[in-house]
Amino acid sequence: MKVLVAVKRVVDYNVKVRPKADGSDVDIANVKMSINPFCEIAVEEAVRLKEKGVASEIVVVSMGPKQCQEQIRTALALGADRGIQVETDAELQPLAVAKCLKAIVEKEEPQLVILGKQSIDGDNNQTGQMLAALTGMGQGTFASEVNVEGESVKVTREIDGGLQTVELTLPAVVTTDLRLNEPRYASLPNIMKAKRKPLDVTTPDELGVDIAPRTKTLKVEPPAERQAGIKVADVAELVEKLKSEAKVI
Amino acid sequence: MSILVIAEHDNAELKGATLNTIAAAKAIGGDIDVLVVGSGCGAVAEAAAKVEGVSKVLVADNAAYEHQLGENTGKLVADLGKNYSHVLAAATTTGKNMLPRAAALLDVQPISDIIAVESPDTFKRPVYAGNVIATVQSSDAIKVASVRTTAFDPVAAEGGSAAIEAVDIVDDAHVSKFVGEELAESDRPELTAASVVISGGRGMGNGENFELLYKVADKLGAAVGASRAAVDAGFVPNDMQVGQTGKIVAPDLYIAVGISGAIQHLAGMKDSKVIVAINKDEEAPIFSVADYGLVADLFDAVPELETKL
Repeated sequence: MKVLVAVKRVVDYNVKVRPKADGSDVDIANVKMSINPFCEIAVEEAVRLKEKGVASEIVVVSMGPKQCQEQIRTALALGADRGIQVETDAELQPLAVAKCLKAIVEKEEPQLVILGKQSIDGDNNQTGQMLAALTGMGQGTFASEVNVEGESVKVTREIDGGLQTVELTLPAVVTTDLRLNEPRYASLPNIMKAKRKPLDVTTPDELGVDIAPRTKTLKVEPPAERQAGIKVADVAELVEKLKSEAKVI
Repeated sequence: MSILVIAEHDNAELKGATLNTIAAAKAIGGDIDVLVVGSGCGAVAEAAAKVEGVSKVLVADNAAYEHQLGENTGKLVADLGKNYSHVLAAATTTGKNMLPRAAALLDVQPISDIIAVESPDTFKRPVYAGNVIATVQSSDAIKVASVRTTAFDPVAAEGGSAAIEAVDIVDDAHVSKFVGEELAESDRPELTAASVVISGGRGMGNGENFELLYKVADKLGAAVGASRAAVDAGFVPNDMQVGQTGKIVAPDLYIAVGISGAIQHLAGMKDSKVIVAINKDEEAPIFSVADYGLVADLFDAVPELETKL
């Protein structure tokens, strides 16, 4: 079966992002960009499905400016077979991304679409659910285990109280949580090989998708800073402070 | 304006997160209806009808909604939501699963994790793991938003007398089915609802050492959490994780033990009223947000803390 994986180019998780002085946006000039960690887990899961003989082909898609081809190449080096870039310099919001993915799903007809549960820039946690809604597919969100069994997939989900397992009819959408797997590192020969794998470029226009943003960011600002308090000398002083000063115990 | 709030519940009881979500609805202003979607959830509807400020409770009680599968509840919320100016749900795993699905069916770009209401169409929300707060304005006709419950003080659970109305729409997409659930059993309070939380990090060394924290927790009536590092190391299960990729908590007292204070952890607990940090590394970033810091070996300090409480 064919598996489609969506990956996003984001500011590397080690970078501490700050608002620009004028508060118009975050300052990401010259910072390191990487594949979103949850998307990397999605690629790894697809590669493992291929290694198990469940998946026959892995198509990886990313959207954005030309540079997001780097993240597609990373996914190809990890084991995906071919890439699709939806090229645009415009801002893409999750609803627009879901619509572009829907158009690609209609063309590629994958049996399984795997996405990260959220990207670490916007922290929206929406795209997978919206793609599932637009295509009428079932959704296994926040997955910690994925088992394809014939015409369906069993997904164990990380929910607030513990774990929940659901069974979805294929084709289906899965979004990854942290514990699903530990992504491998790409080997140098695989990185070289990835450069020769096919990568098609399309645009939202060609896909027939209106990507006009629905929300506008008016301002970004740093969160309210918490002041550091005091150091206590020992446990006795700590208990005393909590009782008489903070009055929380 | 009219606001539809989706109740957080388990068919037996109305969860506190609903009260925080209704508080966000009050900040927007307008009539507030609460939708209870479930199976055998009559008691939940009755509890919702008593909540302060609720105009009407809609109950969709059907076997198709028993496990609140997003494929079914999302469709129902879209069907009903089109009659409202706002649709809100708590940013719990249930809300996060269902709400974007409903929004896509309404052709709306939802707004996740709102922490403040600036006006009926403008909200504040954290991005980049809470390092940046964005003020976002929606141009959609219907505003769909999930609410970070720790940012809104709950409304009173009593004092209202809303009418209860049955909804007979049955949306069953027939693409998903519930197989099973493994819920953590604990006599301690739930992490997101506890007034005291004690969390352990990589410094705990292993899962057995969390026993030290459980003992303190039982004296304080506290919930026990963990940093992502402790979860990644396999010490404890993921449902204990506090942080941007886990649970967001804001108790009266948060005690961080053996936690260095990575950004992603701070994002999950820095709105706590009082923060205590116990760490042997005096340079640990956790001390920069702690009201009371104790530089000590946790294996000495935590047992001593237990005896002194």
